[in-house]
Amino acid sequence: MNARTYTSRALTVFFLTIGAAILLLPFFWMVSLSLKTPEEIFSPELTFFPGSFYFDNYIKAFQQVPLHRFLLNGVMVCGGILFFQMMFAVPCAYALAQRQFAGRTIVFGMVLAGLLVPYHVTAVPIFLGLAQLQLLNTYAALVLPFVASVFGIFLFRQFMATLPPDLIDAARVDGLSEMAIVWRIAFPAAWPAATTFAIFSIVAHWNDLFWPMIVISDADLATPPQGILFFRDEESGSDVGPLMAAATVVTTPLVLLFLIAQRWFIQGVTMSGIKG
Amino acid sequence: MATVTTPMLPRRVHNALTDLALVGPATLAMLCLIFVPAVLVAVLSFTDYQFGAKAFNWIGLENYVELFTDRTGKRAVFNTLYYAAIVIPCSMILSLLVAMGVHQVASWNKTCANIFRTSFFLPVAATLVAMATVWEMLLHPTLGLVNIVLDMIGIGGERWLSDRKLVLTTLAAIGVWETVGYNMVLFLAGLASIPRHLYEAAEIDGADRGWERFWTVTWPMLGPTTLFVMVITATRSFRVFETVATLTKGGPAFASDTLVYAMYREGFIYFKAGYASAITMVFFIFVFALTMLKVVVAERKVHYR
Repeated sequence: MNARTYTSRALTVFFLTIGAAILLLPFFWMVSLSLKTPEEIFSPELTFFPGSFYFDNYIKAFQQVPLHRFLLNGVMVCGGILFFQMMFAVPCAYALAQRQFAGRTIVFGMVLAGLLVPYHVTAVPIFLGLAQLQLLNTYAALVLPFVASVFGIFLFRQFMATLPPDLIDAARVDGLSEMAIVWRIAFPAAWPAATTFAIFSIVAHWNDLFWPMIVISDADLATPPQGILFFRDEESGSDVGPLMAAATVVTTPLVLLFLIAQRWFIQGVTMSGIKG
Repeated sequence: MATVTTPMLPRRVHNALTDLALVGPATLAMLCLIFVPAVLVAVLSFTDYQFGAKAFNWIGLENYVELFTDRTGKRAVFNTLYYAAIVIPCSMILSLLVAMGVHQVASWNKTCANIFRTSFFLPVAATLVAMATVWEMLLHPTLGLVNIVLDMIGIGGERWLSDRKLVLTTLAAIGVWETVGYNMVLFLAGLASIPRHLYEAAEIDGADRGWERFWTVTWPMLGPTTLFVMVITATRSFRVFETVATLTKGGPAFASDTLVYAMYREGFIYFKAGYASAITMVFFIFVFALTMLKVVVAERKVHYR
């Protein structure tokens, strides 16, 4: 290796390390603050690492607000949304990919057109509808608006279109109903698409603040990001340690998911670029 | 073969019923949750409807006129464009530099490159609202790390989130922080698809310095990816909401009000459904135009994803 290559490599690593350090600083600071005592946090002296691991902040975070409740709400809402999205999208995608029927072009056209509509656009009328149905401040209000995922239909259709027709025909000869083929043959075969879509959907809805803020005002139904806001507004900046502990707790599940399933995660999240 | 579930029906009817069972629920849901609301929002934007009111009046384009002439309305439109105008170039340049660095590192050490990629992508995976509260701590005027460090090196700190002139730039900086990793991944895919022999050919032609290779090979070959990344970053910028809602609520004095936040405030705090619908339509037209640009690019099959 000559000197020039060596220098250029060293410089690249140097600048990338600085960049990464700046990007990761908020994560480090969040965890560091969450483990500091109030005296350390408000002392004028700058310390990067907590003097000792002060876990009281975490205990306080769970005591002062129903943090466990927010997390549970997040799991219920994300799980509910994903379940219904699959129930609606997978059969539809299968029919679009593997069956000929009148109106197929229209339905697929609707899917493509739907991809152009960000969910903020439908907020006002859907809010009106939910208010009419007396569903504001319910789990239904958080789940129902998202059950029709055009992105899910699109993704599953693209994948199922590549399944060999022989596979489907063999199942038909065996006497399986079409609904059984959908769930027992096509869906397992489209597992990569399902994983990608699941991550896309969970990340989007776990992190979403816009919609929960519109339909939920009852703190017992708050999703994790909304819970963080309730907490922050209640404490008006005086209880930094517990707030940072809560932020750490809310951020951890997705960060862990990302670290464990990086490839799927990056695919699932960057796929959202297709959606408007 | 006899049909299994409903043997009495003729095959054609049975097939049609199967199609309906497969496609019907999703189609109905798309109609009720996307297309009918999208039409309704357009209709509502020409009314003075308020949530809970018994009646409404047709007021033509008045909501739109208000949005583009009223001081707060104009601010929201201008601020959104200003925010996008900072985030798009900064995020793109930084993410391209990072992607080229990581791509270079990957050519001699895969593990090291993966560690960098993971680090830069982490903000994309994190819950933005939670991270925004951390930024609030970092940017605190007296106790925040940023101002303490600036103080130490002799530059006076700023009131990052309460100074009317600064607040939008601060939010845009957080926007850049949040999107660099996302764009890096897109650029990495673009870089990976550039054939190696083009670099060898460029070297034979005398382009042996790094920046010469960049301008003769990398930049032209990345063109379509760059356009794609630009459209995605623009779309994401126009949707900015979480940081505004968490850190400034559009303030101080509407200095950081954006379209989606204005839509939220007018529609769901002040319950002005008609006006919020007009804001929605303007937002939709922006995003729609960008998405069409992306579709046109994708149609030409010139991007490398």
